[in-house]
Amino acid sequence: MKFSENWLREWVNPAVTSDELVAQVTLAGLEVDEVEAAAGEFTGVVVGEILAAEQHPNADKLQVCTVSDGTEQFQVVCGAPNARPGIKIPFAKIGAVLGGDFKIKKAKLRQVESFGMLCSASELAISEENDGILELAANAPVGTDIREYLNLDDNIIDVDLTPNRADCLSIAGLAREVGVINKVDVKPVAIEAPAHSIDDTFPIRVDATEGCPRYLGRVIKGVNVQAETPLWMVEKLRRSGIRSIDPIVDITNYVMIELGQPMHAFDLNNLSGSIVVRMAEEGEKLLLLDGQEIALRADTMVIADEQKALAMAGVMGGEHSGVNAETQTIFLESAFFAPLALAGKARSYGLHTDSSHRFERGVDATLAAKAMERATQLIVEIAGGEVGPVNEVATEANLPKANQVTLRRKKLDQYLAVSLEKDLVTDILTRLGLEMVEVTDEQWVTVAPSHRFDIEIEADLIEEVARIYGYDNLPSSMPTAAVNFTPASESKTPIQSLRATLVSQGYQEAVTYSFIDPVMSKQFFPAIEPVPLANPISGDMGVMRPSLLPGLVKVYLHNQNRQQSRVRIFETGSRFVGDVNKLDELDQKHQVAGLIAGSRYPEGWYHNNEKVDFYDLKAHVEALFDLNQGATPEFERADETYLHPGRSAYVLVNGERVGVIGELHPQLSKELGTNQAVYVFEIDLNAVLGAKLPEYQRVSKFPEVRRDLALLVDRATPVNALEKVITANAGEAFKKVAVFDVYQGQGIDETKKSVALGLTWQHPSHTLSDEEVNSAVEAVTGALAEQLGAVIRG
Amino acid sequence: MENLNQILADALAAVAASDNEAGLDEVRVQYLGKKGALTSLLKQLGNVAPEDRPKFGQLVNEAKQQVQEQMNERKTALAAAALNAKLANETIDISLSGKGQEIGGLHPVTRTMERIENFFRGIGFDVASGPEIEDDYHNFEALNIPAHHPARAMQDTFYFNPNTVLRTHTSPVQVRTMENNQPPIRIICPGRVYRSDSDQTHTPMFHQVEGLLIDENISFADLKGILQQFLNVFFEDDLKVRFRPSYFPFTEPSIEVDIMRTNSKGEESWLEVLGCGMVHPKVLEMSGIDSEKYTGFAFGMGVERFAMLRYKVDDLRMFFENDLRFLTQFK
Repeated sequence: MKFSENWLREWVNPAVTSDELVAQVTLAGLEVDEVEAAAGEFTGVVVGEILAAEQHPNADKLQVCTVSDGTEQFQVVCGAPNARPGIKIPFAKIGAVLGGDFKIKKAKLRQVESFGMLCSASELAISEENDGILELAANAPVGTDIREYLNLDDNIIDVDLTPNRADCLSIAGLAREVGVINKVDVKPVAIEAPAHSIDDTFPIRVDATEGCPRYLGRVIKGVNVQAETPLWMVEKLRRSGIRSIDPIVDITNYVMIELGQPMHAFDLNNLSGSIVVRMAEEGEKLLLLDGQEIALRADTMVIADEQKALAMAGVMGGEHSGVNAETQTIFLESAFFAPLALAGKARSYGLHTDSSHRFERGVDATLAAKAMERATQLIVEIAGGEVGPVNEVATEANLPKANQVTLRRKKLDQYLAVSLEKDLVTDILTRLGLEMVEVTDEQWVTVAPSHRFDIEIEADLIEEVARIYGYDNLPSSMPTAAVNFTPASESKTPIQSLRATLVSQGYQEAVTYSFIDPVMSKQFFPAIEPVPLANPISGDMGVMRPSLLPGLVKVYLHNQNRQQSRVRIFETGSRFVGDVNKLDELDQKHQVAGLIAGSRYPEGWYHNNEKVDFYDLKAHVEALFDLNQGATPEFERADETYLHPGRSAYVLVNGERVGVIGELHPQLSKELGTNQAVYVFEIDLNAVLGAKLPEYQRVSKFPEVRRDLALLVDRATPVNALEKVITANAGEAFKKVAVFDVYQGQGIDETKKSVALGLTWQHPSHTLSDEEVNSAVEAVTGALAEQLGAVIRG
Repeated sequence: MENLNQILADALAAVAASDNEAGLDEVRVQYLGKKGALTSLLKQLGNVAPEDRPKFGQLVNEAKQQVQEQMNERKTALAAAALNAKLANETIDISLSGKGQEIGGLHPVTRTMERIENFFRGIGFDVASGPEIEDDYHNFEALNIPAHHPARAMQDTFYFNPNTVLRTHTSPVQVRTMENNQPPIRIICPGRVYRSDSDQTHTPMFHQVEGLLIDENISFADLKGILQQFLNVFFEDDLKVRFRPSYFPFTEPSIEVDIMRTNSKGEESWLEVLGCGMVHPKVLEMSGIDSEKYTGFAFGMGVERFAMLRYKVDDLRMFFENDLRFLTQFK
């Protein structure tokens, strides 16, 4: 909410500077977002009067004016079309300095001398408006400094109020708060409403008594809507961020800012029969005063007459029922609408108004009558008119009750870790307007004032005491509670270690959005129906990712397009797969995914920029599993449309699929625009975060024996089939097998490949003899020949 | 005698002149071998007067010994020289880069999150996590934000259906923890959160670390103490911090924490970095915790904001572009 500091100071004027005031309210929980000057910096501008205006002899669009400053007369050349004799205007005399250090000097415009300048609102930086010179009130005192006359040495303070402090959405409310903080009295504006001079009324019927527990209406006849809103009011409204429209609307807005009560004025001639406050009929049409026609829902409260809806209650008036240029008789509304009845309603129609903002958060339920009097007073003053009596329809049972809340000494002390003096606490609560029903050493029994309907429970009172006492004045300590450390289990690898492992392989961590483009999702996973957001921020962030891979590939493309050809990235995070209609059963599994492309090593002098391949990535994946011996992965040829059929695999642990690894399908790569092969993996995080507690095995003192085998096998035979047969047949002293060469091509049958393996034996308790090793080798080669048709080479 | 001196001088000169092992060996044969010049002198012992023989023999032996020593020295020197020459020949350009992978790096958000986690782990907080697609109850209702509450407008929510949302904060993890555990509770909940807002200073996804401490006798002072400590530790600075009243539906009192920042011109200004407060009694009760017996505090912070302050990043959107030229700056 924006407000004028001077206006506030009319109500309460503590001896503090503007800066101090701003700091005070901020530290009381009314956070000030911005403070700006109400007008630009300028000097030497006074109220002037145009005595005469004549056509400039040499310029069509200029006039030569005679301007009085009350003591002397000046010739001023002016280009504004509205310059005319009789009006009062801001007059910048010779020597005046306007914004941007613009000095007013004697000048000659088309051979006519000019002594000063007549100013527009924008030249004084009090408005954007620049259509001619600013016309001041007819009674403006000529010669008075314009800053003084328009009260321009003022600040516009923008305070960002939290939803619980609806009571501060007015000058009156802010003044109350400033009064409490500074322990000074508040001087409310004097409200002297004229007694009703006519007996005209208009019937009111409230059907929606829950949503509208109180409705006040009054007829005012013979108002002059052509009257000018006085400049002081226009200025105060401007400093509250509200544009002047016509005197009636301006006054209702003014009262809303001043007291906090939103109001509405109808043109009585457009009302038929009576005012009816009711719920809308489903689909009922209403043309709002902003020009849009809406179809109402049945959960929406309206102000209607006997024929049709006129306004959305507490939100916005209608186009046809409001005050217009021909209006002579108005029906003025001042009501209390229940917050629950309006909550979220404006937003559901894409609306948000000063009125809905206040009613949703809550307006003081006792305020309507006072506001009615204040508005009436101002209308009569400014637009004239004859006043009818106030007609009130109230449903007592539905009006909010005053909250009785008890604050216990023991809770207060425990919450704040300090024992504040009883009198101090009583004083704070009393200043805040709480009624003390009972005060003892043990407790304060209080009743909250009607404007502090947010005070409901003991914790609210503790907050009020703490807030006014000052959060920064309260003690600070470290908790003394016993510390229970949860032991870090060694049967789980911390995710930090996993990330470190990838980082040490040259991976850079990426963080991509959890929602992706549904088109990309389909490109990767045509069979998966991704979970759509009902209100995505944009179409290309429309569905929850069923995998981390599309996001990583997108990151790859972003970097490829920025000349980064060597990419190693990984991400950890959730993927979302499951039945769109059973979201509570959705699988939100944590994953780790990676992508590599480009040269194996950073560009360097020691290699030929060989590109990475499947086996580079496989090593990285194996390292993740090997970290803390979490699990032993197995690899099974994969069948995924987004992966190269010959260069991809599922990763299995204990026979269960936990991930995939492989080259992006060349067709997909091409569609996406990658300029080289891209390798990706994605694994369930839990599958790699397992860890085995190491258990020491005695190290054998006896020498290892190694024998190398070169085998010819069918090309289709996977090497790990050889390894399995070897392991199964090499005897108890067998330690390990390493593949040190795989060859296919020239010199070998084209259906075969040559595999060279190194087998190692070591016995825990004796040195192996040649005979023992030879017989193990024989067993191995025999089994290989028999089971896999392997032939020993040379 | 003169002969001996002459031979010795010749031998030593020959040793000194040898520039390889073979040459040295020739010198050895020439002077110390069976027919060597010095050895031959001993054979002439008969020609020496008997009373001079011991003296002569001794002199010859000393000469032989001297030559032998010089030869050994020379041999060592030659070997050293040969090795040096060989090593010199093996000299490489030590300014060339090493071979192998460059180290990668963590995302600045992760790096910041780990830093925050480390502080709180150090003072006994556990790390908890929960689902990102949440039901309305855990994201709102259980946190004292009923359907009509204006605070819902403070958080632009992504919906799947009226009852299912993308969590707007990690607070539902706190709720789930309270539902399943009795105090003492000390947890932090780091993770992704979502709000449908996208402009220069908002991204539709960002990260939070929230914390919760519930026990008997937990006070506002504990909250102030821990958070002041945390900020000092995180920023490695003795920061000026202020605690300002605010409003969150799930805490009462509610607090925002500002830190004092100084810009390059030396101007000071407050910057909000944390939201926190004493857990609202309704929130405790709704999750089955006795609000008469226990009190607690909760806090939450935006990880990106901390990362921006810590690493002087001035554009929030960089965090999610994943441009390698940005990411590689954080290792």
